[in-house]
Amino acid sequence: MSATTTFVILSIIKSVAVIFVLLTAVAYSVWLERKVSARIQNRWGPTRVGPFGLLQPLADGIKFIFKEDLMLPHVYKPLYIAAPIIAVLFSITSIAVIPFGNSLDIPAFHIGSWTVGPISTPFQVAADSAGDINIGLLIILGITSMGVYGVALAGWASNSKYSLLGGLRASAQMVSYEIALGISLIPIMIKSESFSLRAIVDAQRHLQWNIVYVPFGTIAFFVYLISAYAETNRTPFDLPEAESELVAGYHTEYSAMKFAMFFMAEYANMVTVACLATLLFFGGWLGPVFGPSWLQILLPVFWFCLKVFFFMFLYVWVRWTLPRFRYDQLMAFGWKVLLPMAIANLVVTALYEALKA
Amino acid sequence: MGNLSNVPLSYYLVLSGILFACGVLGFLIKRNIITVFMSIELMLNGVNLSFVAFAAHWHHLSGQIFVFFVMVVAAAEAAVGLAIIIAVYRTRETLNVDQVNLLKL
Amino acid sequence: MLHLPLFLIFGLICVAGAINLLVQKHPINSALSLVVVMASLAVEYLLLGAEFVAAVQVIVYAGAVMVLFVFTIMLLNAGEEEHTKGSRVALLLGVPGIAIGGVLVSWTVLRHSNTAPVPIGALPGPPKDVALLLFHDFLLPFEITSVLILIAIMGAVVLASRPEAIVRRLRRGEPAQKAQKPEKRELAVVGKER
Repeated sequence: MSATTTFVILSIIKSVAVIFVLLTAVAYSVWLERKVSARIQNRWGPTRVGPFGLLQPLADGIKFIFKEDLMLPHVYKPLYIAAPIIAVLFSITSIAVIPFGNSLDIPAFHIGSWTVGPISTPFQVAADSAGDINIGLLIILGITSMGVYGVALAGWASNSKYSLLGGLRASAQMVSYEIALGISLIPIMIKSESFSLRAIVDAQRHLQWNIVYVPFGTIAFFVYLISAYAETNRTPFDLPEAESELVAGYHTEYSAMKFAMFFMAEYANMVTVACLATLLFFGGWLGPVFGPSWLQILLPVFWFCLKVFFFMFLYVWVRWTLPRFRYDQLMAFGWKVLLPMAIANLVVTALYEALKA
Repeated sequence: MGNLSNVPLSYYLVLSGILFACGVLGFLIKRNIITVFMSIELMLNGVNLSFVAFAAHWHHLSGQIFVFFVMVVAAAEAAVGLAIIIAVYRTRETLNVDQVNLLKL
Repeated sequence: MLHLPLFLIFGLICVAGAINLLVQKHPINSALSLVVVMASLAVEYLLLGAEFVAAVQVIVYAGAVMVLFVFTIMLLNAGEEEHTKGSRVALLLGVPGIAIGGVLVSWTVLRHSNTAPVPIGALPGPPKDVALLLFHDFLLPFEITSVLILIAIMGAVVLASRPEAIVRRLRRGEPAQKAQKPEKRELAVVGKER
């Protein structure tokens, strides 16, 4: 087996495994949200379907598959069907450039008379021989920018006033906060001197996590987190999908599977944001590593998953603690508070790094 | 065309030329102001491809730098142009270029 | 090994998107086919090794400028196109003219250019090299374009606001954008001389 064939087969296996894990994570983040929100509101949440309600996502999935998929006569059909597909596509693609561990090194072993050679592949779906993509962070920013289309086209294709207004508001909000998000990440790139996510994590060794660098790391973290909450349309910035304001915003006219796809896209975006936050500010997969060699390979992945879980929990916690912003307050906050803060942070960091050298 | 790992420079230039020609065609035959604008963006993209192809051919990064400036100017022009289109729509209630032919309403 | 097939596939997608832009009647379909063209152009840039330019193309062009176009089409609710006399003339004259011109240019380029091949990833454009060039040799154009963007932002804000209100306020000597604070009114007057 040549090196190219090995590379292709390993990439396919990694893609399938990562997509499977991501979709399960999305389904169980719904469970997490229902449980945590229930506990915050002093009630139980799903408890009947399986122990602790752990099979509830399965039940919900079956419900969505069997629900009647309404095809309304007044919608613009090509875009109506394409919009949820676009939303889900771009939210799942980001995981391709996210590294969640060092590399998986398996020494050669024998199956019958075949020798499966030593496998060494980085814990990243799309990776070259160095386990790296030079512009990983830029790719994620690009995919986030393209995610606006799913929302805008859903609002347009539904051909109803609530959907159009919700879609326009949601896309305007996402585009505005994208800028603050991008600029808030530039100080991290300046400090780590690379766009590659693996290099950024490697620059945080020995407990030099980026968040502890007061002031620029902490300010960058908070600006990033707030912008990401607005980017994923989560409370306190979820006016575009608030039930009391716009019926349900841009996904009013969607039912069953298509609605489930929008749902999945939102939670997959949350997972991506959580992964980015851990990689850029909390040291990614860095943590105490000990034990035999197989444990040393798996422990970084475990630390990564733990930190991502903490960020998902933070998402749900913030959602059920804060009231939502009004739309003009939201836009004013994004343009007049977050963007100047991000730019000031960038200028101070750049000056500091330039004067230090 | 024998070697599959090398593409002659002229292929990139032909592709860039086709995109530019489509942009010019769109600029001439379309009657909606916004579509005319999009044809201008298509022309600029064709030119960008030609710049990057020549940068790769002569191993000179200035081609890619110039692509940045073209992108920035195109973005600025799109913003101002769309604002003008909105202003035109507010007064004349139409987006058809054939009906926006008098300086005063 | 894969350069030519990849170039041909994404080149065909580009051309198909460009022709779809011309053929579609509703501007939103044209806008979406332009997004497809820009995305496949980003892949072509990657084939030429310009990774930073490809990323910027997706982020800026496909992800921001085209979103602006889609917004405007949705906001103004632009309907389908009508065929007028001018457009028929342009079709009859323009399509053959540009087609002949395009074929001529392509034939000349293909025949007379040096067939020096461009290998895949010919000129690696990592962000560091691009940035060094941009901030050393091209610093003046960079600063001038930043002023240009500032002027464009101000122009877009002024042009897209409601014109009568601005003119009225400028005539009265107030700033163009009204402050949102309500005026304070006196509620009750107690113990004051009438």
